[in-house]
Amino acid sequence: MNRLHILFMAAVAITIVFGVSAVAVSADLQQKLIEESTIEQVAKRGLLRVGMSTFVPWAMTDKSGNLIGFEIDVATRLAQDMGVKVEFVPTKWAGVIPALLTGKFDVIIGGMGILAQRNLKVNFSIPYDHSGVAIVAHKQLAGGFSRLEDFDRSDVTVVARLGSTAAAAANKFLPKAQKRFFDDESQVIQEVLNGKAHALLAGAPLPTFQALKYPDKLFLPLPGTFTKEPIGFAVRKGDVDTLNFFDGWIRVVEAEGWLAERKHYWFETNVWESLLK
Amino acid sequence: MAADGLKFLALAALLSGLMIHATQGLGYHWQWYRIPAYVVATTPAGIVFGPLLRGVGVTLQITAVSLVLAFLIGLTTALMRLSGSILGRLTARTYLELVRNTPLLVQIFFIYFVLSPVLQLSAFASAVLALSLFEGAYVSEIFRAGILSIHRGQWEAAFSSGLDTWHTYRRVILPQAVRNILPPLTSQAISLIKDSALVSTIAIYDLTMQGQAIIAETYLVFEIWFTVAALYLVITLALSLTVAIMEKKLAVTD
Repeated sequence: MNRLHILFMAAVAITIVFGVSAVAVSADLQQKLIEESTIEQVAKRGLLRVGMSTFVPWAMTDKSGNLIGFEIDVATRLAQDMGVKVEFVPTKWAGVIPALLTGKFDVIIGGMGILAQRNLKVNFSIPYDHSGVAIVAHKQLAGGFSRLEDFDRSDVTVVARLGSTAAAAANKFLPKAQKRFFDDESQVIQEVLNGKAHALLAGAPLPTFQALKYPDKLFLPLPGTFTKEPIGFAVRKGDVDTLNFFDGWIRVVEAEGWLAERKHYWFETNVWESLLK
Repeated sequence: MAADGLKFLALAALLSGLMIHATQGLGYHWQWYRIPAYVVATTPAGIVFGPLLRGVGVTLQITAVSLVLAFLIGLTTALMRLSGSILGRLTARTYLELVRNTPLLVQIFFIYFVLSPVLQLSAFASAVLALSLFEGAYVSEIFRAGILSIHRGQWEAAFSSGLDTWHTYRRVILPQAVRNILPPLTSQAISLIKDSALVSTIAIYDLTMQGQAIIAETYLVFEIWFTVAALYLVITLALSLTVAIMEKKLAVTD
């Protein structure tokens, strides 16, 4: 009886010791996760590094060489609210996710649509904006085309930027059309202007702007956009603190009406055009 | 000999250790298991080439045509530079300096976006033209050096046996020159294969473009790029090996 009693006490003691150390370990782990989260690193460094790619009117350079645009406003305000400086890292669109994964910057704020395949590689914040893909076509080659189905033929060539949501939309909505993808929007536009492709697909409002810029060569076969994608900040996986901070910030500026006001300024007015030329 | 072997093994071990350390420290999530499907795909119809091997096919087509054209352009330019005609020399020199001193990427864009709408060239033809003009400039200098390396005595002997310039080149000078310049010509051909990756910028589905397209959809960045690099390595090594065999066959036993 006595011996059993001692054994029992020993077992209890061992359980307590292990239990306490397990709690200590998990507290340690939690502390480590907090310290290693991107948001903590940014605060320590006093600098938020933002990955982006230039794209009118999300991000573009004005006549004095400074970056301006909707995304630039969003990232600048974000850094300001965190009390840190902001640094923009312009990156080729096709390489922007690898650059984030290998730590070249802390977050992608670049009009990145939330897609399932992308989401397998990175985490997204709640959407702070919505975008859609629109189409602009060559006047002679695509004369009379007025529906999306008109472009879904094997003798029709459409172009888009490699790795963009427009490229994904081309594969999804125009399975029969010939598709060619370029690295840069400027090459995509040139291809249609040269009459080598019937139409280009791109995120709005680029197609509308191009139709206005080359009224004798290009036209808008269908009004508005034919897709709608939520747009979020992209961050590395496994970092709940950072994601939660961004989600919270987006909710605040959305409730303020600030996002809607900025969106209106960049997408529905052309006041800013005087800054470019 | 054994010590050399040990040193080599130690170096190889050090480099692979460094590679493993670098790739693990990256915090990148490797998904190599997804790669084979892009090289060879199994469909109900049987085993077919995956996008990467189809890309290899396009790369081989482009480089084969460009290689032949580059050698022709190079030889013609070299002969023009060595000829007595002032106009010929001037034309060859202008072409050489213009092409050799500007970036290939700009030349490809110029030919594809500016010239091809006027000349009605397809993307493939524009790519071949740009590549063969660019590599032809370098090949011409190799040919010129090869021809100049042949001793004057050979020329004099050929002329005194009654051969004209054409036959002297054809029968006496070029066979000897080509044997001498085979190694630098091979290097140039390998350069051409690798430079052909730039045609992906005008949306030609070569090996590089196929890789980029897969990456754009799947974000398997490093896995795909390493595979693409390995495929280029296979092509260039095969070429080097062929030339090495050719060199043995052409060698003169003095």
